[in-house]
Amino acid sequence: MNISQIKKEFPIFDEKIHNNDLVYLDSANSSQKPIAVIDRINDFYSKQFSNVGRSVHYLSVAATNLYENTRISVQKYINAKDKNEIVFTKGATEALNLVANTLGQKYLQEGDEILITELEHHSNYVPWHFLRKSKNIKINFAEINEDGDVPLENIEKALTPRTKVIAITHLSNVTGAILPIKEITDLAHSKGIIVVIDGCQSAPHLKLDMQDLDCDFYAISCHKMYGPTGLGILYGKKKWLDELPPYQGGGGMIKEVKKDRISYGDLPNKYEAGTMATAQVIAFDQSIKFLENIGIDKIMLHEKELIEYGQELLRKNNSVKLIGNPKNKGGVLSFIVEGIHPHDIATILDEDGIAIRAGHHCCQILHDKLGIAASARASVGIYNTKDDFDKLNNSINNCKKIFNLK
Amino acid sequence: MNLKELYQEIILEHGKNPKNLGKTENFNKDAKGNNPLCGDNVHVYLKLNDKKIIEDISFEGSGCAISMASASIMTDLVKGKNLTIAKEIIEDFLGMIKEKEELNTKNLNDDEKTKLMCLSGVKQYPMRVKCATLSWHTLVSAFENKKTEVNTEN
Repeated sequence: MNISQIKKEFPIFDEKIHNNDLVYLDSANSSQKPIAVIDRINDFYSKQFSNVGRSVHYLSVAATNLYENTRISVQKYINAKDKNEIVFTKGATEALNLVANTLGQKYLQEGDEILITELEHHSNYVPWHFLRKSKNIKINFAEINEDGDVPLENIEKALTPRTKVIAITHLSNVTGAILPIKEITDLAHSKGIIVVIDGCQSAPHLKLDMQDLDCDFYAISCHKMYGPTGLGILYGKKKWLDELPPYQGGGGMIKEVKKDRISYGDLPNKYEAGTMATAQVIAFDQSIKFLENIGIDKIMLHEKELIEYGQELLRKNNSVKLIGNPKNKGGVLSFIVEGIHPHDIATILDEDGIAIRAGHHCCQILHDKLGIAASARASVGIYNTKDDFDKLNNSINNCKKIFNLK
Repeated sequence: MNLKELYQEIILEHGKNPKNLGKTENFNKDAKGNNPLCGDNVHVYLKLNDKKIIEDISFEGSGCAISMASASIMTDLVKGKNLTIAKEIIEDFLGMIKEKEELNTKNLNDDEKTKLMCLSGVKQYPMRVKCATLSWHTLVSAFENKKTEVNTEN
């Protein structure tokens, strides 16, 4: 696999940042976009634009077909059984809100319990917190171990007879831990518990197979997957999406509207109220093609090598402390540098053209547990190379110099 | 942009060993502030006497070098000043950082001015302005003894 060739497909790398080449180590936040995706948005607006599913004219029919083609591409990519199990949302956040809200409306009863983990991103905690307020639902937290990992036994320990839903991340955006989803799902289903997966960090980097994982819901963020912003995907098992009530009301999601009654449309329209992110959906088909052309096995291998290299390098750097050492680790390296706040590190690195993230990464629960207010995080995408980590390490050394540390 | 201007010795020194760190004894006014985007937080305590003079002031909190240094320098400069003058210094500082005005104040001597000017490098870094201003907004809130937390995002 020729990374420099792949990198050329991303026009952003032609830009200079403070007169330096861009070293982009913030893909867990959002990935950069290949030219095919950018061009597709431009082409669609220039030559093919129309709203979908509304009119009978030529452009509308063509746009509807393109939109539905992406649904089928996604279905195949994540190996879902049915294309109607794919719902487009405005993001993974909305996908998780949809699940929490509709389960709250129809399935969960007062006093029921939800199990999440200490690793969760706020978007897989706050939507459940709403149910605490509105339905008196209890939220339990499966604890992390000293490696920043949540092994199966920690999930098992935290279950109670009232646990109705397990909502967990597939890949932690801070420690990089990859959770054993298949085993967790087996365990949950043996007890009649619904499994909701936050797949934001896993979808761009791991092989996805919904039928094999067998989870009930899986949320995906398209902009982290070399796709456009403003778009997410909710995979939901058909039996759930059929049974649960709609999330938002509006045009497109109805069957019949009378003064005294309203009936709702079938899947997937039921969950796609209003004009959707049409251009983004259509362009996302190119993101999937981009991933398929390289091949997920090669992507996984490349990113594993990178992160192992980065980990080794930073471990040797004496003031750097890595956060988490999980058994199975994805492309995320969080760290602190003794004596320098992560924000100061991020500002100094930026001057060298290196983009990382500093802060709590929307995981305050985890940072509280770790006893730190913030951390610095370098995360990889397909375009990164070992050279990027060398530059990162050099720049961290420059921070130490500026702060008069040895 | 110039990192050297941002991370001057004096900033690093105040950031590492902040002045007036802790909780003022017998404080009669206080307020909290936080930056939800990064988790930085500050709690300002002050003792304002009958003559409206800031007899003592201190802060607790955690954050980057810029926010710690800014809180340190702030407490240093307003300590012993009367309320009206302290408010003018705050205005002058915020004007310098946010509106890019030249620091023009009659309330500080040259030494004090130099200290405050050290923070002016921040204005070239828009994402870091909030780090520098959090403690100052919190001080304003403390004058009014506000119980709601200052939030950089509201």
